[in-house]
Amino acid sequence: MGRIASITRRAFLLGASVVAGGVVFGYWQYRRPYDNPLKDGLGEGELALTPYIRIDQSGVTIITPRAEMGQGVHTTLAALVAEELDVAWDAIRVEHGPASKAYYNGAILEEGAGFAPTDTSPMAERMRAFMHVPAKFMGFQITGGSSSVADAYQKMRVAGAAAREVMLEAAARKLDVSKASLKTEDGHVIAADGARLSYVNLAPLAGDIEPPANPKLKPRSKWRYLGKSMPRVDMVGKSTGTATFAIDVRLPDMLHATVKMNPGLGGSLTSFDDTAARAMPGVKKIVPLDGGVAVVATNTWYAFQAAEAIRFDWGAAPYPADTEGHFAAVAAAFEGDHDSRMRDDGDVEEALASGDVISAEYRVPYLAHATMEPLNAAALLKDGKLQVWAGNQAPTQVVVEAQNITGLEEKDITVHTMLMGGGFGRRAEMDFIKHAIHVAKAMEGTPVSVTWSREEDMTHDGYRPLGIGRFRAKVENGVPSALDIAVSCPSVIESQMGRLDINIPGPDATIVQATWDQPYDIPNYRSTGYRAKALLPVSSWRSVGASQNGFYHESAMDEIAHAAGVDPLEMRLKLISHGPSRKVLEAVAEMSGWGNTLPAGHGRGIAFVMAFGVPVAEVIEVAYTDGAIRILKAFAAVDVGLALDPRNVEAQVQSGINFGLSAAMTGEITVADGRVEQTNFDTYDGIRIHQAPEIMVRIMENGDRIRGIGEPGTPPAAPALANAIFAATGQRIRELPLSKHIDFA
Amino acid sequence: MELTVNGKTRTVDVAADMPLLWVLRDELGITGPKYGCGIAMCGACTVHIDGQAVRSCSIPVGDVSGEVLTIEGLGNPDALHAVQAAWIDHQVAQCGYCQSGQIMQAAALLAENPNPDDAAIDEAMAGNLCRCGTYPRIRAAIKDAAGRLGGE
Repeated sequence: MGRIASITRRAFLLGASVVAGGVVFGYWQYRRPYDNPLKDGLGEGELALTPYIRIDQSGVTIITPRAEMGQGVHTTLAALVAEELDVAWDAIRVEHGPASKAYYNGAILEEGAGFAPTDTSPMAERMRAFMHVPAKFMGFQITGGSSSVADAYQKMRVAGAAAREVMLEAAARKLDVSKASLKTEDGHVIAADGARLSYVNLAPLAGDIEPPANPKLKPRSKWRYLGKSMPRVDMVGKSTGTATFAIDVRLPDMLHATVKMNPGLGGSLTSFDDTAARAMPGVKKIVPLDGGVAVVATNTWYAFQAAEAIRFDWGAAPYPADTEGHFAAVAAAFEGDHDSRMRDDGDVEEALASGDVISAEYRVPYLAHATMEPLNAAALLKDGKLQVWAGNQAPTQVVVEAQNITGLEEKDITVHTMLMGGGFGRRAEMDFIKHAIHVAKAMEGTPVSVTWSREEDMTHDGYRPLGIGRFRAKVENGVPSALDIAVSCPSVIESQMGRLDINIPGPDATIVQATWDQPYDIPNYRSTGYRAKALLPVSSWRSVGASQNGFYHESAMDEIAHAAGVDPLEMRLKLISHGPSRKVLEAVAEMSGWGNTLPAGHGRGIAFVMAFGVPVAEVIEVAYTDGAIRILKAFAAVDVGLALDPRNVEAQVQSGINFGLSAAMTGEITVADGRVEQTNFDTYDGIRIHQAPEIMVRIMENGDRIRGIGEPGTPPAAPALANAIFAATGQRIRELPLSKHIDFA
Repeated sequence: MELTVNGKTRTVDVAADMPLLWVLRDELGITGPKYGCGIAMCGACTVHIDGQAVRSCSIPVGDVSGEVLTIEGLGNPDALHAVQAAWIDHQVAQCGYCQSGQIMQAAALLAENPNPDDAAIDEAMAGNLCRCGTYPRIRAAIKDAAGRLGGE
């Protein structure tokens, strides 16, 4: 038990409690597979060999356990199966499939194991593997943490290969030949005499053939889809307006609704007067919710109009009335006990007790997710069965919420996971889905699509926390001999899991993510996290804690280099021995012409962040002209270990950078009178095409394992930009958004 | 009232101040144009009225007198418009939610200016927000589509 105890003390959040629980429940259960959810409701001649593959008379359908929110997961996960199953690319169909624990995400908790990604010691690897146990026990089907490809890489190739073996076996029986005499090609088994039997026709014969547990996988040299840039399976639909998002679901006799919730987030609804609203055109019903109401009408716009006509008496919000009060709470947390101290190398206090110490404080604001598709979900409760249509990152949790609200059994609840018009972490939350289920319950028998207005969406987010980062450092011989970094913010895990009624004891890894686990070799190096009290609801926002901590850490490194009078790239290379990390730095230097003289008024900034195990180096070049900054170019080198779809990896890095730049330039959510002040894209904008730089991406594969790239591109963008502004103007901006201190063209 | 959408005359019975977007989406079931902001700040709802790119979220249906063209009428999977074909070739879309509006805006730009330079692209497209940040590929696809349409 001693070893387990010492491991779990190190482990973060989910690790600490659930790993221990998993051990108590018995490791043996981990070996038992979940039932295949596709076996329910199969028709004549239809076959569901694994949870990922359905073959019926219309062809082969690949079920992706993770949800498509733009990151290309449908395409890449389908390619894993298609490669091994041997089906033609243009013949496959891809679906999200049902909510099922069989689709649990094993890899997502690896980050919580409490070991830096560069730590490949047996202990670290054992603990990472161990984190798959609680993940499976919880059966949590979740898309996030840049974990999809890492989780699926083995599972889905094995599924494809096993299904192919079954097809071969079925053909061998039918033709009465040996399996070894058969081969496959594009969804067919080919016999020695050239006869072609399609998988579709073999499926009815294969129902009693057990798929092998350990089929042989293709060597990389034989891949034809993996490692190649495949046309995305959702591209034609998304280019023709025919892709169906949840907001586009249309059912017979469907009504449309919206919600109006207390603008003081979490506050109650004391009373309301809907007399005027009920008399307005198209209005069918006003449904009281916890902390607000839903307005059901024949048209979303009628619902919007009527919601505005309701007079509300709201209860007070459970947090300070203005932004200043929120920052004061974050600052106050530094005075209390720390939440975590994941790194404490050497003796920072001793090292910083003498000599010239550099120190600074950084601040970041709350940020909204602001997905392009406003939050929405549709639901229908009829004949004791509930159907929910929602873009969501956690289908199994939707089932749990639906059970709580309706009292129905799991078998009577169907979740249709739809394409998401952006997720960025927001669609792992359940609020908008719960609203739709409540409305469906009140409107039994009638399908209702519940759409939040943009204003409701912007003002009722689970925000990226605001935060403060402080560092102290000392320079010796051109490198930092000591770096002490301390950060404070409200806990995302406490807030997010709290909304699911799950209490997670132990420290919150997201508070210190990307401060303690960076591959810098600094002799006296300390990372401390402080947990501010709960304020606005906070949630996972693309790259989570790395989004603010990357800014603090990499701005600090730039300040240190400047104080040392050394080149910030050279200084990083002196501090990093981790091979893949060095190589992304060297690559980005070469790509960007680092060190070449720039025109007057131009500046380059560099930043390096390893988040979700992916080392990413970015260089941004800016021009400062007529009192405004223009972002000219961005360069990124990333190491994903293995790039399954290079063109999509490039897209995700470009996307991550633009997402990070949006926040760095102008992104800010503030509070006044207990309400979020920004309501729409006029006050909370994203980067626009005329501001967006050319972005060059180099994809590297020196890492020791496959990694996801949905998030890692984001964290270095803000510090690279801020450092570039410093290089161009001499102005060191220590507060985001940068637009508070400098203009952008 | 009557409305011509994608070449067909449609009759709807709604308030005259209902924005065109909500007539298309909730009355006619034409869901290609998207709701993003409702205040003409994001462009996701862009359609053409008599060939001009218009934010359908901000024009009352009672004020629509011309022919409305939505992404569904611009082209379809079996008969793509040149802009849509370029979008597919350049693999522009990520979440895809804004892309109906981006494509309608780009198609209107190219109809007016067959060979836009970067500045013209910036000016025409700055009103269309993409939170996935697909701008590098949007720019490349517009230039490609210009070539296909004979602009170069």
